[in-house]
Amino acid sequence: MGEMEQLRKEADSLKDQITAARKAVQDTTLQEAAAGVTVVGRVQMKTRKTLRGHLAKIYAMHWGTDSTLCVSASQDGKLIVWDSITTNKVNAIPLKSSWVMTCAYAPSGNLVACGGLDNMCSIYNLKGKDGNVKVMRELAAHTGYLSCCRFLSDSEIITSSGDCTCVLWDIETGTQKTVFAGHQGDCMSLAVSPDFKFFISGACDFTAKLWDIREGQCRQTFGGHESDINAIGFFPNGNAVITGSDDATCKLYDLRADQELITYQDSSIMCGVTSLAPSLSGRLLLAGYDDFNVNIWDALKAERVGVLAGHDNRVSCIGVSSDGMACCTGSWDSFLKIWN
Amino acid sequence: MAEGAKEPVGVGTTDPEEDSPNMIVYRKIEDIVTRIQDENAGGVSIRTVKSFLSKIPSVVSGADIVQWLMKNLSVEDPAEAIHLGSLVAAHGYIFPISDHVLMLKDDGTLYRFQSPYFWPSNCWEPENTDYAIYLCKRTMQNKARLELADYEAENLARLQRAFARKWEFIFMQAEAQVKIDRKKDKAERKILDSQERAFWDVHRPVPGCVNTTEMDIRKCRRERNPHRVKKSVYGVPDDGQSQPSPVHISSQPTKKTTKEDVQKEINFLNSQLDRHCMKVSKVADSLMSYTEQFMEYDPFVSATEPSNPWISDDMSFWDLEASRDPSQQRVKKWGFSLEEALKDPAGRDQFLKFLESEFSSENLRFWLAVQDLKRRPLQDVSSRAQEIWQEFLAEGAPSPINLDSHSYERTSQNIKDPGRYSYEDAQEHIFKLMKSDSYARFLRSNIYQDLLLARKKVSCTH
Repeated sequence: MGEMEQLRKEADSLKDQITAARKAVQDTTLQEAAAGVTVVGRVQMKTRKTLRGHLAKIYAMHWGTDSTLCVSASQDGKLIVWDSITTNKVNAIPLKSSWVMTCAYAPSGNLVACGGLDNMCSIYNLKGKDGNVKVMRELAAHTGYLSCCRFLSDSEIITSSGDCTCVLWDIETGTQKTVFAGHQGDCMSLAVSPDFKFFISGACDFTAKLWDIREGQCRQTFGGHESDINAIGFFPNGNAVITGSDDATCKLYDLRADQELITYQDSSIMCGVTSLAPSLSGRLLLAGYDDFNVNIWDALKAERVGVLAGHDNRVSCIGVSSDGMACCTGSWDSFLKIWN
Repeated sequence: MAEGAKEPVGVGTTDPEEDSPNMIVYRKIEDIVTRIQDENAGGVSIRTVKSFLSKIPSVVSGADIVQWLMKNLSVEDPAEAIHLGSLVAAHGYIFPISDHVLMLKDDGTLYRFQSPYFWPSNCWEPENTDYAIYLCKRTMQNKARLELADYEAENLARLQRAFARKWEFIFMQAEAQVKIDRKKDKAERKILDSQERAFWDVHRPVPGCVNTTEMDIRKCRRERNPHRVKKSVYGVPDDGQSQPSPVHISSQPTKKTTKEDVQKEINFLNSQLDRHCMKVSKVADSLMSYTEQFMEYDPFVSATEPSNPWISDDMSFWDLEASRDPSQQRVKKWGFSLEEALKDPAGRDQFLKFLESEFSSENLRFWLAVQDLKRRPLQDVSSRAQEIWQEFLAEGAPSPINLDSHSYERTSQNIKDPGRYSYEDAQEHIFKLMKSDSYARFLRSNIYQDLLLARKKVSCTH
């Protein structure tokens, strides 16, 4: 037997052992365990505000930590910071490249970032001295499109890219601090843990990976999806991960049990999941789909408890504000809607 | 893509590399559409309807389709069936015979099924030359049902301008198509004409309607040959007029798996195996109790007090959250975990106050100082890190914290080259200490209990 074949056999045997170890702790399923939990009942949310102003598909949005400001990115080449209560545009930032795919709001509220087909992450300072919003840094090193970015602070940001890697950058020096390599397909999305020690990434290799930010290593890998993972997020307690995929399902993986606990699917849902966000308690999971709707799931029972229908094209992004008061959806129909 | 790390693909014979997200949806729709037309297996009855002096062949009512969807796909809500059916229509698999707008109505509106030849899964990307030929031939036939709609007439005018120099060619192609069509049976032509029109409704939709063939640009690189020669609907050879869309072509050459790759994978798998998996029942409990605890704070599930600012336009909810004078409900949250208490600025203040009363505030002050260090600009980091060392860890420090010797060693090593994360280890240790010791006492303290039970302070009156 050749050396390569021997190594492969060893890898396969280890995989079998891991599968067995996971099975060994399956003394129940989440659905069974949650059977006794009181039902949530039908969740009906209405559109409270519509943010109009973009002229083309919206690809991304992100709430600021204050729960009223949010930023959105559209293929009309603009990054807009909205006061979502008044629907006023606080900033309308013209971009060098109109093929933008992601945007992020720093926790401090001082910076926003965006990127896309230009393979770069551009950082903008909203609180510049003369009041003008200018590019502060251009983080360039990725060899593929920028699919997602999230700030750790005003000095560090994590990006995911179509070049199959994620990178931790130092914003001040504009350099790469750590490259997280391991995915075998485009990285589509990332989310940072509540304690800022870990982040998760979802990719076109159908897997999600948990990374230790300081150590730079992949700690865990989760599979099971049958197509690209487009969206990913942490359950609010930081111990579980939720993914959304082109296979029209969302999945919940627990970090400590090291396995999938539940799948959110329905035979009448055929279109892929583009985005997701848990509610403040984690009891509800809001997911945006290519069929123009947002479906609201009871996260413990995997039952659909509501639908947000109002967009005339794909829902491309969704976010729940940090105080849990409002959900914002962005769509290819060029509008953002605030629901609760 | 290197092999090995991919999970086994699920159902079907489809090759994941070939399937764009749209294709996955097409296959699901095609499954439904095939079943719904199968009259022998519970499908809808497709029939000819008499209308005035003519017959309308091969149609089914929207209501029948909705009924079938509800029965066969276990859909309870008719609105959901309509949404699903409209999705099928928007992709052109069914279409209303007298409308360009592709949506499903739950009434007597008549629909027809699209010919598999025109199915979107055939990866049609018809050129404007094809569209021009199509509109042109429609004007050649003197039939009321083939008259151009306003937007189509506008499109034709624009195409005539754009293709001015090769219009003679287009005209000839259109004439040839009309000749071919004339040879067909009358009823067959009615059906084919409508299917052809529905095809163009998908690829050149009515203004205001969504173009469902659009793909997410991030997924465009999935196409194996994005610049391949596109096939023409009317057999017209491609003359290179196609506009390339901004397709991202992966700059990664497909690597072959090396022995090092597999060895790396083995190392990773070994580390996975070492990890202890917690029982599902335990983690399920943990998730359930978390949601239970926080549900009263979740505005999507419980009513908020005061009112939700989004609904009532009353900002007092946010004013209260920002105030340092917390409500009982907010104080209750501090008792859930030390993390929750420290998240809230008022919680931090009160915990600090309690620790000061015990003369043990150095732990929390150290923790806060390290949090602050992590957010400092680079130029301040080194000096600030030194200050923290002097204050909390150096020999004879004014606020000495209690670190085990291992953490102390590591930290003093880190400080030789100070950075934002030099105190990460120490901070974690101190956090655990506070959690297991002073936090529990804090929750039992008068400072906390007074706020939790909203006990008014007894004021001395003299």
